[in-house]
Amino acid sequence: MSRFNKQRNILDFTLSSLLRRRTKNSALVIVYTLIVFSLASVLFFTQAIKKEACIVLKNSPEIIVQRIVAGRHDLLPADYIDTIRAITGVQSAKGRLWGYYFEPAAGANYTLMVSEEPGVEVGRIVIGQGVSRTIHANRADIVPFRRYDGSYTSFEVSDILSSESELVSSDLVLISESDFREMMGIRGEYVTDAAVYAKNKRELFMIADKIKRILPDTRPITKDEILRTYEAIFDWRGGILLVILSGAVIAFVILAWDKASGLSSDERREIGILKGIGWETSDVIAMKFWEGAVISLSSFSLGIILAYIHVFFASSALFEPALKGWSVLYPEFRLVPHMDPLQIATLFFLTVVPYTVSTIVPSWRAATIDPDTVMRL
Amino acid sequence: MIELSDIRKVFNSGKPNEFVAIDGITLSVERDKVLVLKGPSGSGKTTLLSVIGCMARPTSGRITLSGKEITSLPERFLTEIRRKSFGFVFQQFNLIKGITAMENVILPAYPTGEGFSVLKKRALSLLELFDLSERAFSKVEWLSGGEAQRVSIARALVNDPSVIIADEPTAHLDTKLSKDFMEIIGKLKVRRKTIIIASHDPIVYESAAVDRVLEMRDGRILSRATRQ
Amino acid sequence: MIFHPAIMALLVGSLLVTLMLLYSSYYGVQVIRKWDIKSGSELQLCLERKTYLVSTIMSYMLFFQLASFYLFIFTADAIHATFVSAMCAAGSLNVNEYGYPAVIIKMVNFLFAGTWLIINYADNRAYDYPLIKKKYLLLLVITPLMVAEFIVQGAYFIGLKANVITSCCGSLFSTDAEGIASEIAALPRLPMKIAFYLSTALTLASGMYFCFRSDWSGYVFSFLSIATFVVSVAAMISFISLYFYELPTHHCPFCILQKDYGFIGYLLYFALFGSAVSGLGTGALMPFRKIQSLSQIVPSIQRRLAFMALILYFLFTVVVTYRMIFSDFILEGY
Repeated sequence: MSRFNKQRNILDFTLSSLLRRRTKNSALVIVYTLIVFSLASVLFFTQAIKKEACIVLKNSPEIIVQRIVAGRHDLLPADYIDTIRAITGVQSAKGRLWGYYFEPAAGANYTLMVSEEPGVEVGRIVIGQGVSRTIHANRADIVPFRRYDGSYTSFEVSDILSSESELVSSDLVLISESDFREMMGIRGEYVTDAAVYAKNKRELFMIADKIKRILPDTRPITKDEILRTYEAIFDWRGGILLVILSGAVIAFVILAWDKASGLSSDERREIGILKGIGWETSDVIAMKFWEGAVISLSSFSLGIILAYIHVFFASSALFEPALKGWSVLYPEFRLVPHMDPLQIATLFFLTVVPYTVSTIVPSWRAATIDPDTVMRL
Repeated sequence: MIELSDIRKVFNSGKPNEFVAIDGITLSVERDKVLVLKGPSGSGKTTLLSVIGCMARPTSGRITLSGKEITSLPERFLTEIRRKSFGFVFQQFNLIKGITAMENVILPAYPTGEGFSVLKKRALSLLELFDLSERAFSKVEWLSGGEAQRVSIARALVNDPSVIIADEPTAHLDTKLSKDFMEIIGKLKVRRKTIIIASHDPIVYESAAVDRVLEMRDGRILSRATRQ
Repeated sequence: MIFHPAIMALLVGSLLVTLMLLYSSYYGVQVIRKWDIKSGSELQLCLERKTYLVSTIMSYMLFFQLASFYLFIFTADAIHATFVSAMCAAGSLNVNEYGYPAVIIKMVNFLFAGTWLIINYADNRAYDYPLIKKKYLLLLVITPLMVAEFIVQGAYFIGLKANVITSCCGSLFSTDAEGIASEIAALPRLPMKIAFYLSTALTLASGMYFCFRSDWSGYVFSFLSIATFVVSVAAMISFISLYFYELPTHHCPFCILQKDYGFIGYLLYFALFGSAVSGLGTGALMPFRKIQSLSQIVPSIQRRLAFMALILYFLFTVVVTYRMIFSDFILEGY
């Protein structure tokens, strides 16, 4: 009980002395919070996008089969699909038709896709929010397109995709099969690639293997591989950003160390008095510990809360210029809020730990001020 | 009560600026008496006070307190003894600015682990003893010189020590306040406190409350004059 | 190398802790050579001040060690999706030959750090720092172990490549694979149960005996508590995990930390490690009972430690047994 009381008393004094030096401490807290905020924003953002990508991928086909000619992606003959369907374990195989279309006037790249459901009527298209915004097209507007042979055609916008799906559909243009083939000049016996669904998930590897053997000029890609690649990429991106921010963290650590070592004569006098009237070195060390704990706790919590708001409610407004880059069809989206203990622990090790380590030696130096200096004050 | 045996205290030993603050002092401090150390600055009075008050370890020699040897106790134990047995009054009062008189008084007791309310009660009763009840919750910057001095004496008494040590306590006080101070010392002596004062102020060493005056110079004790 | 933020955090943390320990060891050497409590020289006073620094560093270090152990396992779990057929931390750790050694070293360092702090606590209570040199010698043993941990952990993370094919805990801990993990999983269940309960009972008994009599039985208790720790970990893999997963083939010791099982793994491992450190500490203090300045202090510290170890082992056993009796999963027909 007395140990608890002692810490409480010391904490009491620490809080009062922090408040007495408000300006000096607030500068540190502000910088500390900014550092936590930046790192946390990066972490929250990359993790949330990764989660979105993975959720989106859930519904994608288990295997996508592409044809490779001279190392590049080429059109897939439609009868390959029948061959694939015949493989044991394959539940269904469908040809997919999609491609890219560059619109010079807007400077934007659309993804053109033939959609079974919802089906699109001939002569009509369904466009994503990003497309709609860029070319200022609404329902019933007529949009011109250039065919593969240079001639022009046009389509009526029948619908605009919902903004909820913006992250994946922003640059999408859905079109009917005949219109697509006509515009792109793709004959009926070819498709872009094939989507394959399997009965038993465990057999995917084997099926992909079989496809590769029976149709050697194809490349089957499993959903698993895509997921793993995504994970690796997003982790890598998050990591690289953190490495870039490490310069800021190091600067912060140096600031903290400098502030902790550079005791003003006032602070030195105060510690001397404490030692003189009966505080022991470990009591002063405890005081310095509480000082660090209070500052760390407030800055850490504040930084995380601000980052949470920034990423999940303000759509990472501060990152937008860096993320948007060259992309014209930048989607407007709201990320699903997501925070887990791993992120908090990571942030803790990247901010609080370096701060604490940088203050250990200066705090100790302050705490070991000789008590008899108080006699000479 | 406190026995010092051939105490030496050397600073920066081995270096070109080596300085011998205390050069072989043997001394016995009696219980419940007032001892004054008299001498010019640089004579080692302050250093001797810090050695007696368990603030500094002597370079060589032995100290015993109430029969128990304390010379080579680690800081942890020394501080505990100092906290329990000694109260200090400093030349510059050395109160912590920005907090109230009451908070200053209980500061030495924080590490003992007693509850805040217990300490507060004790502080208030001490401040009442010195007629400072109305000023208990004022910040120390607003106190007059005399009030600040009484607060620092109250602080020295908060852990109910048996020895009070004062270093040039009247250096910043006028004659009236100096005499008031010695009066307080007399009262403390009646309450069975041992008191050691370092001072070159005649008001102190010629005061009736003083039992013994020792003159110091160059880290040594010169004369031993006693008084009734 | 995988640039996951948590990995970078671990490497940064580990580097900082290692540097702090090297710094402390430098002063440790000075203390071992020049310490003399009876002297009032400035060197001695300076050394005494330095011991405060080393104590502070070691206290922080133990805390960081605990936090980084948790973060390490959690990270290994979080990156499992990057590797083919890894389902949890068990798979991630198996990707290269440094994963499991890193876990073992981290465990060992945690136990050592805990023991050091216990010895430090006892030493500080005595009025003449009787254990100071032994304490710093132990520090000089711990430091190279920390450096080793930094290197092995770093080698593990740097050697990680995405898309590597590794094994799922199902196959790692399966009874018919090779390797020590499956040897443990394949241990016959009934004898393992007997061994587990027997060692726990013996430890509890010797602990209580020691709390009353406070004599050389402390050595017996300490030895038994370490043995029980090892047996309990093996038991976790061998049969305890089966009851929590309700699958006769799922032996993995890491999956039990996941959300699906109510994070019960944390409670269990906290109890196990806590009692291991307490038991180890009790034994470590045994040789010092005879030292005069410690003769009053050490027995009371040991009693408290032994009591803590007993409570934690008891807690572990109760939770595990409760699960075994009351879960719907029937393994042996009861």
